[in-house]
Amino acid sequence: MGAGAKVITTNATHEPAPAPPAGEGLGEERIAYLERLVSQARTAAAVFTQYTQEDVDRIVKAMVLTGLEQAQHLARLAVEETRIGVMEDKVLKNMVATEFVYNYMKDKRTVGVIRELPERNLVEIADPIGVIFSLTPITNPTSTVLFKCIMAIKTRNSVIFSPHPKAWRCCTEAVRLMYETALKQGAPEGVFSCLELHTLKDNAYLMQHKDVALIDATGGPSAVKAAYSSGKPALGVGPGNTPVYLEKTADVSAAVVDIILSKTFDNGTICASEQTVVIDDEIYDRALNKFAELGGHICNEEETELLTRTVIDPKTGFMNGMAVGQKASDIARFAGIPVKPGTKLLIAPIHGVGREHPLSVEKLFPVLAVYRAKCLDEALKMCVDVNHAGGLGHTAVVFSRNDEVIREFSHVMNAGRILVNSPGSVGAMGGVYNDLVPTFSFGCGTGGGNSTTDNVNIYHYLNIKRLARRTQAHMWFRVPNQIYFNFNAVENVHEFPSRSTMIVTSPALEQIGYVELVRRHLPEETRVHVSVIPDAEPEVKVVLQGVEELKFYKVDQIIALGGGSVIDAAKIMKLKYESPEADLKELAAPFLDLRKRVVQYPSEKLNRTRLIAIPTTSGTGSEVTPFAVLTDKEHGRKVTLADYSLSPDVAIVDPQFVMSMPKGLTADTGIDCLTHALEAAVSSYGSAYTESHAMQAIRMVFKYLPIAFEHPQDQEARSMMHNAACIAAMAFANASVGVNHALAHAFGARFRVAHGRANALMLPHVIAYNAAVPTKFMPSPNQKGYVAHKEYALIADLLGLGGHTIDEKVKNLVAAVEQLLDQLEFPRSIADLGISKEEFERAMPELTKLAFDDPSWRSNPRMPLVSELEELFWKAYEGRSPAKAGRLSQQQSA
Amino acid sequence: MTMIAMWVRIDEENLLQAMQEAREKLASVQGELVLDFSSVRRINASSLEAMEEFIGLAADKGVKVVLHGVNVGVYKVLKLVKLASRFVFVN
Repeated sequence: MGAGAKVITTNATHEPAPAPPAGEGLGEERIAYLERLVSQARTAAAVFTQYTQEDVDRIVKAMVLTGLEQAQHLARLAVEETRIGVMEDKVLKNMVATEFVYNYMKDKRTVGVIRELPERNLVEIADPIGVIFSLTPITNPTSTVLFKCIMAIKTRNSVIFSPHPKAWRCCTEAVRLMYETALKQGAPEGVFSCLELHTLKDNAYLMQHKDVALIDATGGPSAVKAAYSSGKPALGVGPGNTPVYLEKTADVSAAVVDIILSKTFDNGTICASEQTVVIDDEIYDRALNKFAELGGHICNEEETELLTRTVIDPKTGFMNGMAVGQKASDIARFAGIPVKPGTKLLIAPIHGVGREHPLSVEKLFPVLAVYRAKCLDEALKMCVDVNHAGGLGHTAVVFSRNDEVIREFSHVMNAGRILVNSPGSVGAMGGVYNDLVPTFSFGCGTGGGNSTTDNVNIYHYLNIKRLARRTQAHMWFRVPNQIYFNFNAVENVHEFPSRSTMIVTSPALEQIGYVELVRRHLPEETRVHVSVIPDAEPEVKVVLQGVEELKFYKVDQIIALGGGSVIDAAKIMKLKYESPEADLKELAAPFLDLRKRVVQYPSEKLNRTRLIAIPTTSGTGSEVTPFAVLTDKEHGRKVTLADYSLSPDVAIVDPQFVMSMPKGLTADTGIDCLTHALEAAVSSYGSAYTESHAMQAIRMVFKYLPIAFEHPQDQEARSMMHNAACIAAMAFANASVGVNHALAHAFGARFRVAHGRANALMLPHVIAYNAAVPTKFMPSPNQKGYVAHKEYALIADLLGLGGHTIDEKVKNLVAAVEQLLDQLEFPRSIADLGISKEEFERAMPELTKLAFDDPSWRSNPRMPLVSELEELFWKAYEGRSPAKAGRLSQQQSA
Repeated sequence: MTMIAMWVRIDEENLLQAMQEAREKLASVQGELVLDFSSVRRINASSLEAMEEFIGLAADKGVKVVLHGVNVGVYKVLKLVKLASRFVFVN
């Protein structure tokens, strides 16, 4: 509970700033005394770490009972010593500081585990802070000491108190009572101490002491500033200037009672008490009459002038300390204002805020400014002005029955506590009129130069540790829910009713009759349209033209018949057709984790359209993947889209569409398929689901690709390779690919080399690279340890390649891949493609940049450095066999 | 020089008295004194004060003080009051 700013300047040693440097001006004896205090507090805090929750709860309960028993004794002492406030109200404060605070904290855990969040695999563990150096105010001296002592014991901390010098005796007595009770219950010796009559130099010394862990300064702004400037963690809570809006819909009688009881509570010493009441014109006279009826004296202009001269220091513009906590009748007498006996409150109309309106500042005595507002706008602006005149971050009050007004008021006020239809002072303390945390220390946020807007409580006296157990990221395995395969699987298109179907295909496929092959199986009632697009990576322009066709024919089903490019084009056409507002550029924004990416794909769709994909090559697997690549020629770039909403609804993997694939295409697409499977098998996004698919695809490729290459009309080999491509795609659709694809994308784009061929050039070197001990590990919460080399060894075992150690097995796998590449008549080095070393060297900066920007490597088991990408490019350029190098895998254990 | 080591069992209930006994034994020890803390669950401020005095005396006599069986709670207290570095700990 902060004392008013200038009150303390007048009365206290906490205020003048700046504080002297630590130790300066202190004699040896004084330093030795301060060191003894800290040493005993440090020992007590250390010993306290051994206490259990039951120990501290027992001690706290006894202290609370002592506080309640001694509430009146301490209140009397406080009033006698400070000459501030009302004894009866101080008794209540002492009782709130004990009983209400206890009620709030009694069942709360503050030792060891305080909260478990099993759904998040988190456990919160409380640790004490240590030695707290605590400044307490003159306005609420004993209640603040009781509150802080109880909090400290509940949290197992020790406290050195520095009471306001004019409240030293009552505070020392409060500390003594708390300490003796605590000791009787087994608290550590030295857990509380109180500075003997002291100076700012003592405070400065302790604030900067290495063994003081936290400063808790309840006082004026200079005390708070000194605390925050000490370099120590600090809780500093300071003054306020509470605006009150009495709005026309309010219950005026009830509001006036609340304001009077609050503003006169302890003669207005609580810094959350009402300072200026802004009253709507419509109810102004009624409200003032009610104030007068219930003991308020409404000052006329002359009286307001007399009152101002008495309670405001004309030099500083702040309240006169002599008035703080005095009775209204006494202040009136000093001012020469005749009032009725029993006058509770002096009410002074003001016409604005600032130095020209002196009574608009904080007044910690029963003097209330009132302002007549013509409308809501004027009222809110006036409240903002009061709030900004020394009350930022503290408290604001509104009386209204209009929720909109209440909401607007809460938006414009800068206050940690915005109280509705309740008294400011008693309301802000919490636990009486609302469910705020009971406190005697109001955080005022950055507006008040504080670190918190909370009602300070036990959690501010704890270091809360979070035990974070490793969690497994949610994984998935998403593929089209209908996949038809084997010869004549295309017949199944008749199962899908459609009024209007668009077959998207390439010119060559239309020419050889594939479109007709599909059309004949469609239901009779289906109107069929054909959109022929170039057989190349789709361009934005082409896609948008296709979307216009879809709209024109009101298409409800798209059949993508072709290689990866055609299927990708159809995916994007469908996206733009269903969600015309989708921004392809935005959807292609980079991301690290699909689940957390910034861009969201449209979920509300205009036209629900079925997409059936019929691949005519055995490699890309686009028929089951959520990816699509298109070329933006206008901006000279490729756009990669990735989202499961892009996945086709149905895949038809019919080998009759690949029987005529030429040898080169068979090899290129086959190696693309193998690369998908190998990369998915070691991917950091991999799972048992993807691994099983990847392994099966690898086995099928090694067995059937050479046959399909040598004997293109071998139906079994073609069928198996077509299935292998789809199965590998199911793996990488969910586990993604790796660094091989990043390198191949960059190299293929720069030197116009077919994707499968580019993959082939990199593949042996990437296996060797991933099998070695990484320079940098890739964060991978779902995997334990580095396993890529073991996965490769497992693949070697699956293929029956032999080998005893992991290294031997990895080498055998690399050799098998190289042998396959030879069988498929692939060039084995980039140099073999006729690219000169100089040209390759010149391209290297661009290649490494492109490769590092490529999202494919994000799921690679090993995080590549740019220098490593360059090294891999050079290895691929030279084409030396990694299988013939020394040891590949540095890890031998199987 | 012959090393004369000594073992003193510390009882939590009578920790101060046990420390006093240990102090008395310091005179006859050369080299090393082992204080067995295995039955001490908690330590208080007075005990810490006694231990600080004791380790000072032991250092003056060139005696290494070994604390045996200190639990982690007590060990943390010794760390917090910056006494831990002055003892040798064995389990």
